[in-house]
Amino acid sequence: MEGINAGDTAWVLISTALVMMMTPALAFFYGGMVHKKNVLSTLNLSFILMALISIQWVLVGFSLAFGKSMAGLIGGLNLAGLAGVGSEPNADYAATIPFLLFAAYQMMFAVITPALITGTFVERVRFKAFLIFSLLWATLVYDPVAHWVWGVGGILRGLGALDFAGGTVVHITAGFSALAFASVIRPRRGFGNGHMEPHNIPYSVLGAGLLWVGWFGFNGGSALAANGLAVTALVNTNTAAAAAAATWMFLSWRDNRPSVLGIITGAVVGLVAITPAAGFVTPLAALIIGAVAAPISYYAIKFRQRRRLDESLDVWACHGMGGLWGALATGLFATKAVNAAGADGLFYGNPGQFLVQLLAAATTVVFAFVMTLVIANALKRTVGLSVTETEEQVGLDIAEHGERAYA
Amino acid sequence: MTKKIEAIIREEKLNDVKDALQRIGIVGMNVTECRGHGRQGGIELMGRSGAYKVDLLPRVQINIVLSDHNVEKAIETICQAAQTGNVGDGLIFVYPVDDVVRIRTGERGRAALMYPGDIDERRAASGV
Repeated sequence: MEGINAGDTAWVLISTALVMMMTPALAFFYGGMVHKKNVLSTLNLSFILMALISIQWVLVGFSLAFGKSMAGLIGGLNLAGLAGVGSEPNADYAATIPFLLFAAYQMMFAVITPALITGTFVERVRFKAFLIFSLLWATLVYDPVAHWVWGVGGILRGLGALDFAGGTVVHITAGFSALAFASVIRPRRGFGNGHMEPHNIPYSVLGAGLLWVGWFGFNGGSALAANGLAVTALVNTNTAAAAAAATWMFLSWRDNRPSVLGIITGAVVGLVAITPAAGFVTPLAALIIGAVAAPISYYAIKFRQRRRLDESLDVWACHGMGGLWGALATGLFATKAVNAAGADGLFYGNPGQFLVQLLAAATTVVFAFVMTLVIANALKRTVGLSVTETEEQVGLDIAEHGERAYA
Repeated sequence: MTKKIEAIIREEKLNDVKDALQRIGIVGMNVTECRGHGRQGGIELMGRSGAYKVDLLPRVQINIVLSDHNVEKAIETICQAAQTGNVGDGLIFVYPVDDVVRIRTGERGRAALMYPGDIDERRAASGV
């Protein structure tokens, strides 16, 4: 096949598998933090999206995100059903791997993004409402934003906004949508009274560990080639995760004792923050990006708790604020010395890049937040967002699925 | 006289019952997870395809040892907090207790059951 590079293709195939693994990993990360009566429900919120969004992506999602641009706002339907997306590369996106592989790799991002939001649905969402929400959200929020930032002709890409692996497309959209959703759905019964102990923290440790591994594919794979840039992204990813985990440990220690759930949350927040920057910054910048991300999310959680908002598993604090910081930090630390195809940031004499990052992030925040408010309110008035109090007390595993996790 | 209350309730009602008992000043208790069924018999759960029957359902047993004159109040509180009105709400058993020893101090009988701020101290304080 003309132009296909076997090494590049192999690495992106592996990365696709690594990113795919992140969704079940996320399921366990979240599953450990809920009551045992809701663990199957929580795991399933992520798992079913691997089915639901995979179908959506093949039918229309990929085309809406990467099809022929319509005014820079959304892709056309020329690639619907993956028509004409095959073994030939598409030089617009990745010149050395089959275009179909690019579509598959991007599919895993489309799957995990709505799965991230499920951290705010747990223990009370009506399953049917969740399914409809996720399908609408993927189509009306994720696909357009992916087009704006990554699609050829997309408005934010046209401005020169940098988002290496999805800090804006994935984490800002998911985080701020979670915040909007939490303001619409009612809080869990008994929220704030202290009966919210995680039922299995080892699940969360397992999930966070596998997320860290998977993120090598998420960020390293976003080079779309087996080259030096992929290595840079991988090392930056690991460095930021390490810095954020260690920083979170000290924050937690200062407040009381070094919490394990805190340390693993710190690692995830570091991974989130480096995502947009991974292929544009030096390892030392990654160290700073990770170390600063930890206090931002740490105090965002405390702020959220003070406001008594039941954004249950802190998707906004971790992904929204971590992603926002990452997007802005890209505008500070990016340097052409790392990636000639990127840009210089504020610290390399180009304040304009910081403003572009700010504009892109702010646009995405507002769009994701408002669209989610609209979808969630519409569903609240029609199918209803949450289960009854009795169903919630019994637990969603029995009430919604007729199953229990542990016999 | 000292009595022991054994209340077998729905798992999901434990926090409600615990909070309600704490509100009336019954602080000490221990809890065991158990399984069982009474008249309810069991429920059907979903398998890979189709349902199967589970006849021993998870329940929680709360054990409280307290003075005679607090028993009715405790029973009333537990019933109120644990009731759903459906079959399977549970049962309460009351037994006589010969003696109580607090291991830390060697105190016996009622003295071994007293806590600062407990139901008896509150009653004394309110002068009833």
